Amino acid sequence: MIHNRTMIEPKPAPSSSVGPVAWLRSNLFNGPINTIFTLIGLYILYLLVVPTVQWAFINADWVGTTRDDCSREGACWVFINARFTQFIYGLYPRSEIWRANIVFAGFFTLIAWLAIPRLPFKHWVAVFALVGFPVIAYVLLHGGYFDLPRVPTHRWGGLMLTLLLATVGMVGALPIGIVLALGRRSNMPIVKSFCVIFIEFWRGVPLITVLFMASVMLPLFLPSDMSVDRLVRALIGLTLFQSAYMAEVIRGGLQAIPKGQEEAAAALGMTYWKRMGLIILPQALKMMIPGIVNTFISLFKDTTLVMIIGLFDLLGIVQAALADSRWLGFSLEGYVFAAFMFWIFCFSMSRYSQYLERKLHTGHKR
Amino acid sequence: MSVRPNARPAGHKPPFWRDRAKRALIFQCLLIAAVIVFLFYIVGNVQDNLSSRGITTGFGFLNNTAGFGIVQSLIDYSSQSTYGRTFFVGLLNTLLVGGLGVIAATIIGFIVGIARLSPNWLIAKLAAAYIETFRNIPLLLQIFFWYFAVLRTLPSARDSLAFGEAFFLNVRGLYLPEPLFESGFGLIPVTFVIAIVASIALVIWAKRRQEATGKRIPAYWISFALIFGLPLLVMLVTGVPITWEMPELRGFNFRGGITVIPEFLALWFALSIYTASFIAEIVRSGIQAISHGQTEAAQALSLPRNLVLRLVVIPQALRVIIPPLTSQYLNLIKNSSLATAIGYPDLVSVFAGTTLNQTGQAIEVIAMTMAVYLTISLLVSMFMNWFNARVALVER
Repeated sequence: MIHNRTMIEPKPAPSSSVGPVAWLRSNLFNGPINTIFTLIGLYILYLLVVPTVQWAFINADWVGTTRDDCSREGACWVFINARFTQFIYGLYPRSEIWRANIVFAGFFTLIAWLAIPRLPFKHWVAVFALVGFPVIAYVLLHGGYFDLPRVPTHRWGGLMLTLLLATVGMVGALPIGIVLALGRRSNMPIVKSFCVIFIEFWRGVPLITVLFMASVMLPLFLPSDMSVDRLVRALIGLTLFQSAYMAEVIRGGLQAIPKGQEEAAAALGMTYWKRMGLIILPQALKMMIPGIVNTFISLFKDTTLVMIIGLFDLLGIVQAALADSRWLGFSLEGYVFAAFMFWIFCFSMSRYSQYLERKLHTGHKR
Repeated sequence: MSVRPNARPAGHKPPFWRDRAKRALIFQCLLIAAVIVFLFYIVGNVQDNLSSRGITTGFGFLNNTAGFGIVQSLIDYSSQSTYGRTFFVGLLNTLLVGGLGVIAATIIGFIVGIARLSPNWLIAKLAAAYIETFRNIPLLLQIFFWYFAVLRTLPSARDSLAFGEAFFLNVRGLYLPEPLFESGFGLIPVTFVIAIVASIALVIWAKRRQEATGKRIPAYWISFALIFGLPLLVMLVTGVPITWEMPELRGFNFRGGITVIPEFLALWFALSIYTASFIAEIVRSGIQAISHGQTEAAQALSLPRNLVLRLVVIPQALRVIIPPLTSQYLNLIKNSSLATAIGYPDLVSVFAGTTLNQTGQAIEVIAMTMAVYLTISLLVSMFMNWFNARVALVER
């Protein structure tokens, strides 16, 4: 007898259990209630998407220089085009914009270098980003050295100012936050209560009152012959406010380190600062990065509040441009543009933080 | 065993800087000294600055006449009222938008959070899109959007958008009918209270009875019917003692009814929608935190589906949900201070804004404003600690 030893090719599964039809049936139309929900969802989608696409793309006007180039049937992106430089750099002098561009390029390169896991020399880049780069950025942006003309801070604005406020506030808040978090876990009762009061105070009040305080009360606190730049005042307020939130994130990270780590370090005869600096903080800080990114996102959104004390961040400059008599009536375009810019930054940062959380999930979790 | 060469003889004390307790004491004394010196420096500077500007400190200014009007006030207020009264007007307006915002944000947040977990792919994705959109756009921008791009571009009073003949929306705000209570109305709240008390008693009795005999009655449905049915019945019996005062167009504006100013609407929408996106994520993670084994075990005990939810899933999910939820409520109340950007007369806008500018009493005004928010935060976190202690897992 001859046996057929070759297997018969398996038949494809019926189209009712694999493929797009099956997917539709199991995810959208399994049962009458779900079908109703799907139809309602489709209707909502239709109501939202069709007018938006028509407004933002199909009926929109893209080219031109004045408001007369806009048909007013859809969005008038001409307005954004005409004001784009201002939205990014504020009132920074046009001839000096190359300086801001260098700072932008350096900033994004450093961030990318630190964020992409494969790139080498992370420590040196981090040290440069925290120590060298701020000095270079200050010299370039502010000027007054090396024959660079001075650009006073009230001309800084737009996206540049938003990024500056958020990063300086963040970098300034990190060391204060570490000290506060360590103090809050200390055994010394006065140090501990001092830190608790400090943290709870800043966390208990709205940022806007902090900014009011920085802009109205800070000049009263200082000797009368000393005047502080308005931008610096806002930065001080933001940093103190942010440091309290940072302290709580860091405390969470410190609590996640098993107590045995500190006990083992103490058994080796390490002093407090050595135990913290060499054993606890390096482990804790790594785990805290997602939390730190999340507080950075909220700080980034909160920087919009500085427009209330008279600084022109991205939202502030958009709001100011809307009041221009040549461009009245384009508030929707202005807000959509600003929202889109903020959304891009915040969304990508939150995705990055989720990616880090997944990556750090291995092994460390008790 | 060898003796360590430089071991100290017994009785020889180490120098004080090697003694941990003494070191801690000295360090803390130094901290206190530094704080005191810092405070003295600041107080001295403040006194110098204030005397050079001719401002006297103290809370006496609270009794002076304010001299400015406020567009929305829950208590009697006119421009002849005192600065002290502006404080309370602002505080009540803050609490009003905060309270209504908390309610709306909770409702939207729970709906979106549950929709996010829906087995229906489209609904889940729509909820996710809602969360990712509104969470990643600054709140101030959303307030501006609702105020300047939506409510400020509405038609004028003559061309108002009308919903029926009772609700009108135009550039000056939303006009609602106002209920006018007639003489017999007092009975209805009384029956309402009686119904609530009766249903609480009923639920307690039903629980005791079930524990004693194992028999169940639908106590919740009965109390639901009591609480809503009884007042309705009384209302019908007494002949509906409510009349509605409709807003009417007279000249260029509406008269009568309740007016909701556009500043309030914009702030309320933005706060609710923004905070709801955070609440939705909290609800989702709270429900996902309950392991599936809990549901399966409850089903294995043949509990019906609504009891599985009510007795097993929801109590455990609430333990995870409530702490971050309260901190979102706190954020909402603190964020309501952004009102000042569009001119809604909240505490910061009326008191830390107008009053501060008119009187120049920066320290007193800012301190009072901050004290209000600190008190609210403290009360809420006290409640949260109490709640945490109550629902915390009792570990064996």
